[in-house]
Amino acid sequence: MIKDYTVLAYKNLRRRGLRSYLTLLGIFIGIAVVVALIGLGDGLRAAVNAQFDVGSTEVLTVQAGGLSGYGAPGTGVVKPLTLEDADAIEELNNVIKAIPRNIKSLKAEFNDKGAVIFAASMPKGEDRDLIYETLNLDIQYGQRLEDNDVKKIVLGNDFLDAEKSGFGKAMKVGDKMTLNGVEFRVIGVMEKKGSFILDKVVLIDDDELRSLIDIGDNVDIIAVRITSKDAMPQVKRDIEKLLRQRRNVKEGEEDFEVTTPQAMLSTVNNVLLGVQIFIVIIALISIIVGAIGIVNTMTTSVLERKKEIGIMKAIGAKNSDIFLQFFIEAGMLGLIGGILGIIFGVTVGYIGTFGLNSFIGSTAAPNINLSLIIFSLIGSFLVGAIAGISPAMKAARQRPAEALRG
Amino acid sequence: MNPGLIELKDVHKYYQMGESIVKAVDGMDIKITEGDFVAIMGPSGSGKSTAMNLVGSLDLATKGDIYLDGTDIELLDESDLAQLRGKKIGFIFQQFNLISNLTAKENIMLPMMFQGISSHEREARAEKLLKMVDLGDRMNHYPGQLSGGQQQRVAIARSLANDPEVILADEPTGNLDTKTGEMVMAFLEELNRKGKTIIMVTHDPKLAHEHAHVIYQIKDGKVEKKMRKVKDKWKVFR
Repeated sequence: MIKDYTVLAYKNLRRRGLRSYLTLLGIFIGIAVVVALIGLGDGLRAAVNAQFDVGSTEVLTVQAGGLSGYGAPGTGVVKPLTLEDADAIEELNNVIKAIPRNIKSLKAEFNDKGAVIFAASMPKGEDRDLIYETLNLDIQYGQRLEDNDVKKIVLGNDFLDAEKSGFGKAMKVGDKMTLNGVEFRVIGVMEKKGSFILDKVVLIDDDELRSLIDIGDNVDIIAVRITSKDAMPQVKRDIEKLLRQRRNVKEGEEDFEVTTPQAMLSTVNNVLLGVQIFIVIIALISIIVGAIGIVNTMTTSVLERKKEIGIMKAIGAKNSDIFLQFFIEAGMLGLIGGILGIIFGVTVGYIGTFGLNSFIGSTAAPNINLSLIIFSLIGSFLVGAIAGISPAMKAARQRPAEALRG
Repeated sequence: MNPGLIELKDVHKYYQMGESIVKAVDGMDIKITEGDFVAIMGPSGSGKSTAMNLVGSLDLATKGDIYLDGTDIELLDESDLAQLRGKKIGFIFQQFNLISNLTAKENIMLPMMFQGISSHEREARAEKLLKMVDLGDRMNHYPGQLSGGQQQRVAIARSLANDPEVILADEPTGNLDTKTGEMVMAFLEELNRKGKTIIMVTHDPKLAHEHAHVIYQIKDGKVEKKMRKVKDKWKVFR
């Protein structure tokens, strides 16, 4: 019986052709967005994490900044950290190294064009290896900075692109770039990181950066390498206590910030969750609009098929027969929208994850499983069917003699 | 006297039309006996369409009683009435009234589906009926692909789907040319000879006199004259 109605419903939907497709557009978009979003979830998380440089889990970063949180490095920080702070942190328990680093904006010239770039200082010796390691920096062309290098720099990956370099020309190993009036030679280019910071940065020796601008003892960031991940919370508290004393601030009024990879990760995931919730709300609105569209189409259909309803009743259809037919038809509208949405969403999930992986070099897998698909199918059928209840009841209540008149 | 297959006893049907009440049927007595070929005849506006709806139990009376196979249809609930109607009465309409997006065969299977007959049996019966109306080669055609005469034959086949006792034909030749009309009437006569009770609603006295055995002549919502053919002569009652 249900099979018969399903066949009838399918024939009726086909008869209405384009109108059926337009009606199920809302459900299609809604389901496609939800499925794509869930499918892309892991890939998105990897991509966003790459943007925020969430690297090694055994490194804390200390940054000076107001109560509001992050200040842009080197810009208007109220009271900068100093080299002495770094030394003091290194004395703490469970701390292997405290590496002071600076990130400064410099005036750069290349290809007869000027631009402002960010230069990140690189310490010497073991400390530099640690930075390379914790930030996961690899060289694509040329070589890394070494201790004896003079007037040499390493570029972020974006400088390989004429558009993104800011100089209207792609750069390569061996090129000469002028920083604050002093000429430097490019000896290496880093691999693409997918991060808007690391891909645009110029790596420069710490001493050479200090020779270009007057920094004094100031330090923008202190990277703190610790003995183990488990010591993280304790070290964080110790650093905070130490700096409160040194900077003479009360608890809760810190003008600095100690960031752990976990905290960063949770911030990133919170941002991502917010974005996902927003998109899901849009998807739900789309589904509601789709449901209203189904109510509208089915109501119109009841009026148009009044005579047909009359005929069916004359040849023995009960109210419940008529109700079921319209009800299943509406549910099928939802279901077809859902099926198309799932196909589209899964496709986007796979292509999108693949694209993100090749863009940021991650290995995320599309997060698509059977329960997601089954849930979407049932959901889309129910949305359609519920939307069809009122029109179907209207159809079922037609009086045969009256309906036959058309 | 045995009870009629369908009986209308002092039936009234009133419609509210704005302020006024239209008495479409105003005190009508009709008795259809098994095996009859009955014509309900009258000009348009006489109330014969309303009478047909009442006879076919497509509508309920405002006043009076309608019996279908001995049951007062007023006492049946909606689904029981639909079930009974689908089983006892087969309808043939002037406009053919086939479902346009179903094939000839599917149209014939539809009334059986409402009676809960298995799809296997439905299909077998539909094919047999289509062959009976000489449309064995048109089974999977849609109504739009068939001529008027062919559509009406599909409609006849559909009316027979549940092997009903009564065929109710509303102006069955109204949309057909003379020749095709005659063929359709020949089908109805044959069905009558095989024992089916035929009720034909028409405005055409010639058609009624030629084919029916009993004529109810309707005027102003009442039976003006009831005639019965006895040995090729029309005998008037009342």
